Amino acid sequence: MSEFIAEPLSEDALLLRFGDSIDPATNARVHAAAAGLQAAALPDVYDIAPAYASLLIRFHPLAWIDLRDPDEAPHARLLDAIESVLRGSEEDEVTETGSRTIEIPVCYGGEFGPDLDEAARHAQLDARDFIARHAAADYSVAMLGFAPGFAYLLGLDPILHVPRRATPRTRVPAGSVAIGGAQTGIYPRELPGGWQIIGRTPSTLFDANRAPPCLLAPSDRVHFRVIDEREFAARAKT
Amino acid sequence: MTIEVIKPGLLATPQDPGRVGFAHLGIGRAGAFDAPAFRLANALVGNECDACALEITLLGPTLRFHCDARIAVAGAPLPVQIDGAEQPMWSPLFVRFGQTLTFGAMRSGSRTYLAVYGGFDFEPVLSSRSLDVNAAVGPLGRPLRTGDVLLVRQTENAKRETKAHWRIDPRPWFDAESPLRLLPSTHAHLLDAESRQALFSQSFQVGNDSNRVGVRLRGTQLHLAKSLELISEACVAGTLQLPPSGEPIALGVEHPVSGGYPRIGQIAAVDLPRLAQRRPGDALRFAPCTLEQARRALRERERQLREMETLIATRLKHDA
Repeated sequence: MSEFIAEPLSEDALLLRFGDSIDPATNARVHAAAAGLQAAALPDVYDIAPAYASLLIRFHPLAWIDLRDPDEAPHARLLDAIESVLRGSEEDEVTETGSRTIEIPVCYGGEFGPDLDEAARHAQLDARDFIARHAAADYSVAMLGFAPGFAYLLGLDPILHVPRRATPRTRVPAGSVAIGGAQTGIYPRELPGGWQIIGRTPSTLFDANRAPPCLLAPSDRVHFRVIDEREFAARAKT
Repeated sequence: MTIEVIKPGLLATPQDPGRVGFAHLGIGRAGAFDAPAFRLANALVGNECDACALEITLLGPTLRFHCDARIAVAGAPLPVQIDGAEQPMWSPLFVRFGQTLTFGAMRSGSRTYLAVYGGFDFEPVLSSRSLDVNAAVGPLGRPLRTGDVLLVRQTENAKRETKAHWRIDPRPWFDAESPLRLLPSTHAHLLDAESRQALFSQSFQVGNDSNRVGVRLRGTQLHLAKSLELISEACVAGTLQLPPSGEPIALGVEHPVSGGYPRIGQIAAVDLPRLAQRRPGDALRFAPCTLEQARRALRERERQLREMETLIATRLKHDA
């Protein structure tokens, strides 16, 4: 079983911490634990939400009270159940076969990527090499947060790490593909943001009336595919 | 069965208990910020405790009823009038077809709930009728506006006028003054000695830029003994975050699902309604509390709330 530290966050929440850094190995352990707990379908556990190195568990506190001692915090009882689930799934090695691969078409640069040139300068690459490297990498969804459907992706080429903008923009258009430090992600709707915008996708990342509402889910693999403005326009119309 | 928005007030939003089970997609819970007031408003009209009601903020709306309706108003005190006649809060009321319901400005506190028998009939979005204003997820996708027409679920019962001459005592259910009980959280021990003391001995002031996302606390700055770089982790409502400015933020029901600021405390769930009722300029203090005490207080409040809901239901049946 993966080692973790459990901490009660509130009366109805536990945080399981598997590490304290942003790295693929730690994140994979988080997703493996999430998958194991999802499959176990513990009763009255309504959120199993991965972050980079931790997993949020939210539960119905009354349902997890020990009826022999209702004054005892339910966290310990739930934690016992979680540990036995994760011990049981120990043999099932973390496989990547279960994760989906989502292709995201991106039109880089120009009006869709106003920070591309500056980012490329920072990386000491020309814009075309910068794009090629960004589109060549294999990414995985470490977690969703910040806004509905906003996926933080792991796998950015270290050469492409670019510091955030000194002054955040008040409006970043929906679909913007951006880099903030070692992270890359896509703005699911118009939002304020301080990341460097290098391109835009015509894909809809979040639509509350669609099932599922988000294009990307935790542990998905992601590929970017370079498209031109004409293909962007054609896809944006449909 | 419709209600027309003549004036929207400052911020009126459809709310229910919230959107549960989407945290892994970055979608928060939202829901009524002062949950007991919301539940009691529903109880006073005979609704299930999770029916959709309106959450009204600081300055209430003006609504014209195109139907007969049993309604109730519970939460922060504000003037309520039906066609100009003053009405009590925390009591079942009856509005006739064509009448206008007017709200004034809250005298204290900042959130009040309007429940209508049958509930507001919005199409659920991701299984909830709560509007997350910040994420723009939920019915309407935005707060109420002039000219909106709100549907109420059609029921025969609603047409029967009931005369209630009773109200419940708001005192156990409305509190915008008492200290908030605070549990220790992950990084509390990393505060410097002065800040550790100040957290519980000093008074904070609620900032003007507070909303359902977070209540910003000013007046007393807190600092960690040494700076800390954290990676994003889950947050929950009531988490007390410390950004580099030193001014803590108490997260509300529309908090982002993750955040990277140090967590210096967790407001006891039983006191989230007190947080919800603080308005800009109000004083706010914290009192130390253990998880054990917080859980006991929450169970006790839940017991009282259920008892009150039962008493109200019994009285409504009797009145009918």
